[in-house]
Amino acid sequence: MTSSIASPAVRPVSARLARRLDRHIKERIIEAILFASAAISVFITVGILYVLIKESFVFFSQVPIGDFLTDTQWTPLFDDAHFGIMVLLSGTAVSSFVALLVAVPVGTTIAIYLSEFATPHAREIAKPILEVLSGIPTVVFGFFALLFVTPILQAIIPGLPGFSLLAAGLVMGIMIIPIVASISEDAMRAVPMALREGSYAMGATRLQTAFRVVFPAAISGVGAAYILAIARAVGETMILAIAAGMQPQLVWNPMEPAATITSFIVQVALGDLPHGSVGYNTIFAAGLTLMLFTLVFNMLGFWLQRRYRERY
Amino acid sequence: MSTPTLPHTPAKIKAETKNFNFYYGDFHALKNINIQLGENQVTALIGPSGCGKSTLLRSFNRMHDLYAGNRYEGELILHPDDTNLIDPRVDPIEVRMRLSMVFQKPNPFPKSIYENVIYGQRVRGVKNRSILDDKVEEALTNAALWNEVKHRLNDMAFALSGGQQQRLCIARALATDPEVLLFDEPTSALDPIATASIEELIGELKEKVTILIVTHNMQQAARVSDYTAYMYLGEMVEFGVTDEIFIKPKDKRTEDYITGRFG
Repeated sequence: MTSSIASPAVRPVSARLARRLDRHIKERIIEAILFASAAISVFITVGILYVLIKESFVFFSQVPIGDFLTDTQWTPLFDDAHFGIMVLLSGTAVSSFVALLVAVPVGTTIAIYLSEFATPHAREIAKPILEVLSGIPTVVFGFFALLFVTPILQAIIPGLPGFSLLAAGLVMGIMIIPIVASISEDAMRAVPMALREGSYAMGATRLQTAFRVVFPAAISGVGAAYILAIARAVGETMILAIAAGMQPQLVWNPMEPAATITSFIVQVALGDLPHGSVGYNTIFAAGLTLMLFTLVFNMLGFWLQRRYRERY
Repeated sequence: MSTPTLPHTPAKIKAETKNFNFYYGDFHALKNINIQLGENQVTALIGPSGCGKSTLLRSFNRMHDLYAGNRYEGELILHPDDTNLIDPRVDPIEVRMRLSMVFQKPNPFPKSIYENVIYGQRVRGVKNRSILDDKVEEALTNAALWNEVKHRLNDMAFALSGGQQQRLCIARALATDPEVLLFDEPTSALDPIATASIEELIGELKEKVTILIVTHNMQQAARVSDYTAYMYLGEMVEFGVTDEIFIKPKDKRTEDYITGRFG
């Protein structure tokens, strides 16, 4: 017994079945074009990160990172310059918090309605309206906050300044309602029908089924929606630049005007600061801080979203 | 399992259908069904896929109400109320409080073992902790799961094995004190050992409740049920004492199915 397997005789390949060089080259060219298009977005992201880190490096060579994180003043353009990022972070945190106070309850309620109560017909009407809301340019929201919401708030709260984190935050909350509603609804609709039937079969009502079974089963997806909404609020610029004022001050009170990371970047980017000055470089440090925050929230959100998809 | 002296139709009837029809939109899924569920007895529904056995089972607790376009016709009577359960004046939620259900695949809720069992009590608004504790122990004991889980009632239900999850779903159904238990192919997702334990459990549970079980497994029907109905294409071909159906079926179609000539 030999262990070798008889190898088949090498046959000639007929011309009709042979690989064609022209087809092969054409395929490779198309593949290369597709790859290049896909690669562009990656290169741009890497490029932005490179510029941010490089310029921030220049900034931190002049301003100690300890001062940057702990100083309670932000006056990069003054002679007595202070660079306390906490000032801008407080504006971002307060306005985002106000936005979430609006978007989380309203968005979740909309999601529960669309997923558990709406007839297919009602859903067909409501969903596109929600999409329209998310398609409104944020500059429009900004003017809406400044010229419509602020006067109403001033009528309710005497002494509210013309620019406030409250007005900007409320409108920003309206803007991110579609994010919360649509991702939460996806998560709730992904809950298997068998779970709902189990609940109904125990004598539960629709409301009980929605709150006691569907919502808890979709909780990681709903959590992802909230976190992506935070990322959106933290990164929002126009509404805050228009309606929140641009005074950098360390505040925790939403009735005050304040600058956020994003609105500060707008302010400086629009000014005529000499390239290479410390003031100019602050926007890169602020931009890097912002990018790190939104990156972490986005990654957390997408991780949660993926997790709930694998659950069932 | 059934006693040889059973009458041809159940002596004491818990629930029955009279000229019952069901439609999925335009599709006539159940045609003039007449069946009686004997009190404290096990009735099995057998037949090939698509014959309407699950549709009939799910009519008893009005599960079809959850989807648009479904329509019931005829009578589906629950005793001792003598009420037609498909009457529009009947609240399906009240129906489901008295006729509980166990599904084909174990479908525990994303909650602890304790909260799963007590779900039916929670939706009824029961808050008294000692009543709930007693219910959990009673239901889990009756579902033959208490000894396995009594030290980890706060663990998530997903941590249990498939067979344990199905017994948990049975405990969940029992904790609502149902009069009728509906089993929709309860062992089709389980291994033979878990299946045997569920079958044994069904034999014990009929002391307390009336049971209707859909199964695609004829040996299972023969083992657990007192009465059997053979359904085909939405019609009830034959209904009678399980032993008689399996030993000398009257209808040729029943015989063909039982002997494995088709199905």
